[in-house]
Amino acid sequence: MKPKVAFFDFSSCEGCQLQIANLEEEILDLIEIVDVVSFREVMKEHSDEYDIAVVEGSIMRPMDEHRLRKIRSRCKTLVALGACATIGGVNKIRNQWPVEEVKKEVYNDADLKDNKFFNVSQTKAVNEVVPVDYYIHGCPINRDEFKRVITSLALGKEPVIPNYPVCVECKKNENVCLFELGKFCLGPITRAGCGAICPSNGGACDGCRGILSKPDVECVMDLLKRYDLTYEEMKSRCVLYNTGVFNPKDGMTFVRRRKNE
Amino acid sequence: MSKNIDINVHHVTRVEGHGNIVLDLKKGKIKKLEWQISEAPRFFEAMLCGRKHDELRSITSRICGICSIGHSLASLKATEDALNVEISEQTNILRRLAINAENMQSHILHVGYLAFPDLLKLGSVFPLANSKNKDALLKVVKLHRLANFMSDLVCGRTTHPIRLILGGFTMIPTKKQLLELKKELKSGLETTLELAQFIKNKTDGFPDFKRETEYIGLSSKKEYAFYDGDINSTDTGIFKDYKNYNKFINEYFVPQSTALHAKHSRESYMVGALARFNLNSKQLSNAGKEVANLFNLRAINYNPFMNNIAQLAEYAHNIENSLELIDRLFDNKIKDEKSGDFKIKEGRGVGICEVPRGMLIHDYTLNSKGRCTKANCVIPTNQNHANIQKDMEKLVPEIIDNPKKDIELNLEMLVRAYDPCISCSTHYLDVKFV
Repeated sequence: MKPKVAFFDFSSCEGCQLQIANLEEEILDLIEIVDVVSFREVMKEHSDEYDIAVVEGSIMRPMDEHRLRKIRSRCKTLVALGACATIGGVNKIRNQWPVEEVKKEVYNDADLKDNKFFNVSQTKAVNEVVPVDYYIHGCPINRDEFKRVITSLALGKEPVIPNYPVCVECKKNENVCLFELGKFCLGPITRAGCGAICPSNGGACDGCRGILSKPDVECVMDLLKRYDLTYEEMKSRCVLYNTGVFNPKDGMTFVRRRKNE
Repeated sequence: MSKNIDINVHHVTRVEGHGNIVLDLKKGKIKKLEWQISEAPRFFEAMLCGRKHDELRSITSRICGICSIGHSLASLKATEDALNVEISEQTNILRRLAINAENMQSHILHVGYLAFPDLLKLGSVFPLANSKNKDALLKVVKLHRLANFMSDLVCGRTTHPIRLILGGFTMIPTKKQLLELKKELKSGLETTLELAQFIKNKTDGFPDFKRETEYIGLSSKKEYAFYDGDINSTDTGIFKDYKNYNKFINEYFVPQSTALHAKHSRESYMVGALARFNLNSKQLSNAGKEVANLFNLRAINYNPFMNNIAQLAEYAHNIENSLELIDRLFDNKIKDEKSGDFKIKEGRGVGICEVPRGMLIHDYTLNSKGRCTKANCVIPTNQNHANIQKDMEKLVPEIIDNPKKDIELNLEMLVRAYDPCISCSTHYLDVKFV
């Protein structure tokens, strides 16, 4: 029997689901091995019976947490799709400030009390609400990695997610190191798997696939020194996708995101 | 007719976003009819505060996966306006190619994957794969792939572009790549016209409905405006003072929506492909006009369902315009340029362009260190919310005697016609008949 797969979206730009539509004809190959029972973005049909739930987006409100718990209780395997779901992504930038301040910035003095749509908490990644079995990282996700993970799950195999830095893939692409070009790149501490797509197109890595579970701190300190960059600058860059990842008391150590790493 | 309607449909699909339609009908009278936006607010304006001038594009790109190129360009234009950055002719042309690619990608996704199934009375496009209409599906897939191929080539990625930066590009396509793109575009143009013929001949088309309203978008004397132009309205004409756009557009808060609403000279207005068509149809390319004529689409057209057709006409226009742009690049000889120089300074900048769903405005204030202290983004879908509400209020009484399934489908199709944006506004569309 083909496993039943359902797609769900929370707070995000839905660009990761779009990457699935961007598979073009290959979607038809994928539905040979899995049964898509719910995918709001492209189909009207919906079923509450599924084996694999693929969840996109960050969790912002009690009403969203409730919905996510229901999804978790119905599926055997839960896959977090894209940076908003895997690490909170850009949605966590606002976690630097209290929620009330942020609301005022956008909605001024509008009366939001008792309005459940506006009952917002700090942004959470999916695994801060329910257990997550597998992660498809990136902002947006890499289509080939998505295919690989879903195919592995359909065949009952463990998907392999890289846990080495983007630099490995960047070197393989024979790029000139962006630090040499005067840019600040988070490649040395960021999980690979994207094929170093940003550096290969002349853009610095923003860390969208999350910080490695054990980044080489010594190497990073050496880099900062060699290119005359500051730790503060690095922290500021990390805010984009990895707000809260630095341990504020401990200087150059990273807060571990997941127990199993 | 005295009629009560009590339907509760969850998770209505093929719309980008979390929104609800609430209709409460008692004894044939509308007690409540509301277009609600329940999307969790994402506070992008707050997220930009304190960020560096060269990070703003990359953050605001993440407002929307579908129109990330449009957000990137509006963002760059705003930052460049604040810092007085000049861009080269080549950058100007390449940015226009980027905006065309995105418009094509978004329009074909909407017309082909999201709206098309309604015309064929299907739940999604998947059943087409094993039907006599498979050929039509393959045309849609081909046109979608073409648009993505073009985005990849110009921007380095289809979603969340990498190569677009302040003052220019990090990398540009080669002549060989552009020649291949030209070939694909020419073939795509034929396919677009074939798809238009198919929709014309094999479906009943879109509902006949009309409501007079105001249409707002950019207009330019030089071209059918996307990347650049002046704010224009079918009611009041050109408004040149772009930095004071908030004197023209009034954004306001409504309790049933996490998205702000907007109005200008009337209680609502529409932006998007139909608005652009109504303002600038004379400047459409020949193929664009051919598609419009095929469906008798003429300015001013007051049927919001015709937005679908205006999108298809724009797709054809974008192809022809891109072919011209590529030739201009060849005429000028493609150069490896450095991106525009600038000095960090204090100031405010406003960037406006037309993205698939309509006019998009980014407005940033930077401090002397080049960090953002205030940001405002006026999103196309938010500008359409009030118009959707007003359309519903006119549409429901006209179809009130129809079976409830039909009322439901018509309301869904109306919302779908506006192509509301996945993350700029909504995530889920619940049609609730209380």
